[in-house]
Amino acid sequence: MASPSETAKPSPHVALFVTCLVDLMRPSVGFAAIKLLEQAGCRVSVPEAQTCCGQPAYNSGAKADAQAIAKAVMKTFAGFDYIVAPSGSCAGMLRLHYPEMFAGDAAMEAEARAFAPRVYELTSFLVDVLGWKDVGTTHAGSATYHDSCSSLRELGVKAQPRRLLAEVAGLDLRESKEAETCCGFGGLFCVKYPEISERIVDKKVDDALATGAGTLLAGDLGCLLNIAGRLKRRGSPMKVRHVAEVLAGSEGAPIGEDSSVR
Amino acid sequence: MSSRTDILANIRRSLARKPRVTSQSPADRLAALRPGVQPSRGRLPADRRLALFMAEAVRADATAEAVASFADVPGRVAAYLARHNLGAALRVAPLTRRDNIPWSKQPLLTPDFGPPRPEDSVGVGAAFAGVAETGTLVIQSGPESPTRLNVLPPTHIVVLRASAIVGTYEDVWARLRTERASKDGPTMPRTVNWITGPSRTADIEQTLLLGAHGPQRLHILIVNDLKDTVADGGFERG
Amino acid sequence: MESTARSFKENAHHALGDARLTEALARLAHGFPARRRDAAARLPEFDQLRDAARDIKDHVLDNLDVYLDRFEKQVIASGGRVHWCRDAVEARDAILKICQAADARTVTKSKSMIGEEIAINDHLEAHAIVPVETDLGEYIIQLRHEPPSHLIAPAIHLSMDQVADAFRAHHTDLDPARPLVEPRALLDEARTRLRERFLKADVGLTGANMLIAETGSIVIVTNEGNADLTCSLPRVHIALASIEKIVPTLEDAATILRVLARSATGQEISVYTTFVTGPRRADDADGPEEFHVVLLDNGRSALLGSEFHEMLRCIRCGACLNHCPVYGAVGGHAYGWVYSGPMGAVLVPGLIGLPEAQHLPNASTLCGRCESVCPMRIPLPKMLRHWRERQHATHESPAIARAALKVWSFLARHPALYRAVFGLGVSFLASLGRRKGRFRWLPFAGGWTSVRDLPAPEARSFLLQWRQRNPGTRT
Repeated sequence: MASPSETAKPSPHVALFVTCLVDLMRPSVGFAAIKLLEQAGCRVSVPEAQTCCGQPAYNSGAKADAQAIAKAVMKTFAGFDYIVAPSGSCAGMLRLHYPEMFAGDAAMEAEARAFAPRVYELTSFLVDVLGWKDVGTTHAGSATYHDSCSSLRELGVKAQPRRLLAEVAGLDLRESKEAETCCGFGGLFCVKYPEISERIVDKKVDDALATGAGTLLAGDLGCLLNIAGRLKRRGSPMKVRHVAEVLAGSEGAPIGEDSSVR
Repeated sequence: MSSRTDILANIRRSLARKPRVTSQSPADRLAALRPGVQPSRGRLPADRRLALFMAEAVRADATAEAVASFADVPGRVAAYLARHNLGAALRVAPLTRRDNIPWSKQPLLTPDFGPPRPEDSVGVGAAFAGVAETGTLVIQSGPESPTRLNVLPPTHIVVLRASAIVGTYEDVWARLRTERASKDGPTMPRTVNWITGPSRTADIEQTLLLGAHGPQRLHILIVNDLKDTVADGGFERG
Repeated sequence: MESTARSFKENAHHALGDARLTEALARLAHGFPARRRDAAARLPEFDQLRDAARDIKDHVLDNLDVYLDRFEKQVIASGGRVHWCRDAVEARDAILKICQAADARTVTKSKSMIGEEIAINDHLEAHAIVPVETDLGEYIIQLRHEPPSHLIAPAIHLSMDQVADAFRAHHTDLDPARPLVEPRALLDEARTRLRERFLKADVGLTGANMLIAETGSIVIVTNEGNADLTCSLPRVHIALASIEKIVPTLEDAATILRVLARSATGQEISVYTTFVTGPRRADDADGPEEFHVVLLDNGRSALLGSEFHEMLRCIRCGACLNHCPVYGAVGGHAYGWVYSGPMGAVLVPGLIGLPEAQHLPNASTLCGRCESVCPMRIPLPKMLRHWRERQHATHESPAIARAALKVWSFLARHPALYRAVFGLGVSFLASLGRRKGRFRWLPFAGGWTSVRDLPAPEARSFLLQWRQRNPGTRT
């Protein structure tokens, strides 16, 4: 965690780690993240050589590939005060798994350990490091927040998004019973074991619907695509958005919905 | 090569692949008998240990009552049996004889000190200790304390001295070691039973039922002998 | 036990279609996690105890040879015997020999996962000795010829009417008019039957939750009291345990007991915690004349010092099963061997081989909830990943998946190419999916679209849009 003096520093230089899913599937989350970071007083850069954090390789057991990607990421993101990602899963990868995967290679491990503390998930960066909460947007309606496994259990992100959402005018935030339970995405798991994933995401969807909320929010696009995909397959009108979209007041269509109307 | 030699050799070979994560030697550890993290809730003066013991035992579905002396035990046992519509035949651990319980004060009760039989419906035993942190009874096996008595009869009544209620599990081991150190033999009796509440199962649709194989009822009679002991005598260490 | 782990996918498919199993798993999910949370909340030292418990087992594993030797000496000193067994065959034979020497006709058993591991019941039956499971859940599944589906709740997968059916099928003298529609009636029926068995048994076979090196004691934990009847009534008591169950001292056992039941059922402590040291003493009122410890390795010594070393800290509480979304969806039988859930997915490949158990480490979302509740702080997700690494290294993972990963990982390290390939694909998909905002089906995406729609990409990729909006900047 940053010391209070750090928050007083003028304009921290933040590199946005867009994440491959946001880059390809939901660019508006990237723009929302930039807007929030700038509102909070950061100078934001987007290193163009970025692609992916390497998690698909790492979780598939392709450690050498993951290490090669990790080296490239650390090189691309060198020299910034902070690296911020609108994803707990990718931030967790950079922050926790990079140092772990280089265990046994002293030089690389040291580099990863020096790199890791500068990496943050977006909402935790805004709250924990910047102490920012001047959200100032409006979102009429009710929402429930799903804790992504990596945000919650790897990074301890739980209160931060809720604290920010509490500042959104008109938003009625409703807790679900199983907010901390996995949605069944699990990266390649959801395509390798679709039937099991279906059962898990169905429970997640039932739990979210039980709140009566109109929108489901989360901080990880993997979960969101999975949950939105299942909701739409079940014909549910529940809307799905990344938390950054609501905080930044993005007006695009919800995930998985028709973008031509509106 | 014997299996023993082989297994131990495999263990040593495997362990050599990896640096140790702990530094203490087994000899040091066994010599030190270091107590671990003891819950603060168990570290209380004797009178409050009694209250905590009773509360925790009741939480675990036992029933417990304090009596002033051993002379009160037969009356309380008779009343308990009457409350639960149980017969007057008792299978009593000979160990309780040390307490001079005046069973004859309740002429309807028929205590039998012989070995437990399958048809016995009520067993009366004597506890070595009670542990306040979880309301746990500690019963040792021995010549006068058949271990079957704890599980065969469907109703189990245990007599416990309040002065034998300790705070934590570690206190039990300390007392056991002290008491058995004088005897020439192993630290442990054949069986030490920790009993916390009556027998139960939830194996059928997660429905909690008492009295699975062991007793359905566990009643603890605590003889309050604390006035005879030093205020915080007890058996707590340190 | 025969493994069906290789057909995990088919097993899981079958399990997902079993409505009664789904109901049973829902009951489990509502019960155990909340009770564990409450028990942990009642004990401020709970997390400190988890650290202490982890440290105890770390110390034991570092010195396992020394502690096993010490344990054996103490068992012998208290009048018992230790039988060292490298594998299931040796353990089965050791137990059979003891039973035969005792002229045993029936053996009562209290729950032992090691007993499942070595399939001791089949072996005894083959030699005309009748094994009788006495834990209620184990008794039910023994009647049904099933393996346990949960570490501490072996019949969790069954409904009440399935239990009643099993009793009617096997208790042939049972009055057909007698109603068996209440759990209590079923319990009474089982209790009566098993009482007869307890009283007639020649040998009692129990597991052991811990082995205490200091005193040569074994620790058995139950809620029913069946282990106490098993080890106090027959003439011979055999305790079956694996080598990693050792703890140094009585105090160490106390520390681990404080986290065991709280993690398992949410009880402060189980009803019966029994410390057995040797056979009955010369002047004891009761107890068995013989006491044997059958000590099993069965692949564990090979896990020591490997990347799966920490798995040997496991105390079989079942918390990881109770909190696992995959276990909660498919139950224990789908895993195909003795152990299931996250601990099974790590341990089973080590015991029966990675090729047979290939699915187990992959069938996990790595959500990390198992590690977060493990009383022994075992890094289960990390070890699941280690098995995947081994599969990748030995080319046991599917060739096509490896090739795809290779291409993708190459692209990920070549941003320009990456953007050309994926940027183009995304723009195409975005224009294709714009009208509905999602796809119901896409070629090569069957794994995804078989159960859910695929939200369409919004538009061109973020980085392309960013470059267009900020033409001057190049960071």
